[in-house]
Amino acid sequence: MIEIKNISKSFSGRNVLNDISFTFQTGKTNMIIGESGSGKTTLLKCMVGLNEINEGQILYDGRSFTELDFKHKKEIRKEIGMLFQGGALFDSKTVEENVVFPLSMFTDMSESEKRDRANFCLQRVNLLNANNLFPSEISGGMKKRVAIARAIAVQPKYLFCDEPNSGLDPKTSIVIDNLIKEITEEYNITTIVITHDMNSVIEIGDRIMFIYKGNKHWEGTKEEILKTSNQEVCDFVYATKFMKDLKTKF
Amino acid sequence: MKIFYHFGRYFMLIKRAFGKPEKISIYISRIFEEMNLLGIGSLGIVAIISVFMGAVITIQSAFNFESPLIPLYAVGVAVRDSMILEFSPAIVSLILAGKVGSSIASEIGTMRVSEQIDALEIMGINSAGYLVFPKIVASVLFNPILVVFSMFLGILGGYIFGMMAGVVTDYEYIYGITYQFRPYNVMYALIKSIVFAFIIASVPAYHGYYTSGGALEVGRSSTKGVVYSSVLILAFDLILTQLLLA
Repeated sequence: MIEIKNISKSFSGRNVLNDISFTFQTGKTNMIIGESGSGKTTLLKCMVGLNEINEGQILYDGRSFTELDFKHKKEIRKEIGMLFQGGALFDSKTVEENVVFPLSMFTDMSESEKRDRANFCLQRVNLLNANNLFPSEISGGMKKRVAIARAIAVQPKYLFCDEPNSGLDPKTSIVIDNLIKEITEEYNITTIVITHDMNSVIEIGDRIMFIYKGNKHWEGTKEEILKTSNQEVCDFVYATKFMKDLKTKF
Repeated sequence: MKIFYHFGRYFMLIKRAFGKPEKISIYISRIFEEMNLLGIGSLGIVAIISVFMGAVITIQSAFNFESPLIPLYAVGVAVRDSMILEFSPAIVSLILAGKVGSSIASEIGTMRVSEQIDALEIMGINSAGYLVFPKIVASVLFNPILVVFSMFLGILGGYIFGMMAGVVTDYEYIYGITYQFRPYNVMYALIKSIVFAFIIASVPAYHGYYTSGGALEVGRSSTKGVVYSSVLILAFDLILTQLLLA
């Protein structure tokens, strides 16, 4: 479980996040949604320590991340897996080497054990026969799957996904979404997904936080978000004609 | 005031780069990888430039030493001292600042803008240590080898082209390159090459590491890395020459 309490962040005097609190539950797919520029990615970067927060507290299963020194923060970071928007795979390494990399850095596994683990993770994300390809030789959807395999290789307790289906076709998006959901439940991970794709929210969202102009504007479940009367949330959820039509029908 | 900001940030990056490695065996293999990329990969360009510079210095010296008062073996002395004192350590380092420096800045800059450095940090890896430290060590270890290689090829190039052009005899050239030879000059060149190697690797790495934006900024970081490292090489060339030879 990850708790954030009263988080605020500003860049050059400009407030980007204001007093945000939320509890991200273990074994659930927690979604952070909002318009582009609302502060979603900044919040995620603050939570993993890539950005320093100005105020507030971040607790990983009760351990205050913000109060820890660099050495102890590193220990928590080893429990984090992250799926970046563009995959962030290492260009100079093959698919298999990308998945093996965290194992080489943090475990004393033998070469064959590392290869077995990498193959298991790649099979888990349904990526076969791509071990020796470089990131530049695979599609966007495959890159995301390799990034998921790399993230789960070290059996993380927390999984962060920054717009996991951006740039993917609807079919591949659903595959990636379902993969995240399955992995979350299978390994009992605390998963946080940033998205502005309502299909993903409806498909896999357990708990949802809506951010509007740097503030937490709404929270609830996917059933609740479809019925809410909150104007900003409605504007976001029913932004497309398809969703508007859906609302009128039901 | 911005210069102090950059100095401070540069030294903090270097401090982080020399922090305790997560796994020594991986860092050692990274150093060998970098030696292969930055060092072995530069042998060709260093060889070509050194041979031709040695040849040009030989022909130019012979042309300028036409007076009967100056012995012809002075050509060998001029080639030897030009190569050892200045060309091999300083000019080769300037060329490497262009070739290796732009490669380091663009590689690390691309890793920054494509979030690969963030990925390393989130894994709990000291990204400065993993990326910058092996490049600095590889450069510092391999640059003196390149400089000695350049000295040898420059003097050899001068000999071959001097013979072919008929501007100096075999005996005079060899007598010239051994005449009043001071081994300290080689030591001076090696000290310079180590300092320059540190600059060649660390300054472009700094510019690459703090790139923000996209492809355009990666290009800008690469240019900045090359320009600043070249200026620093020239400045330290002057300082070290004053300290070691004056």
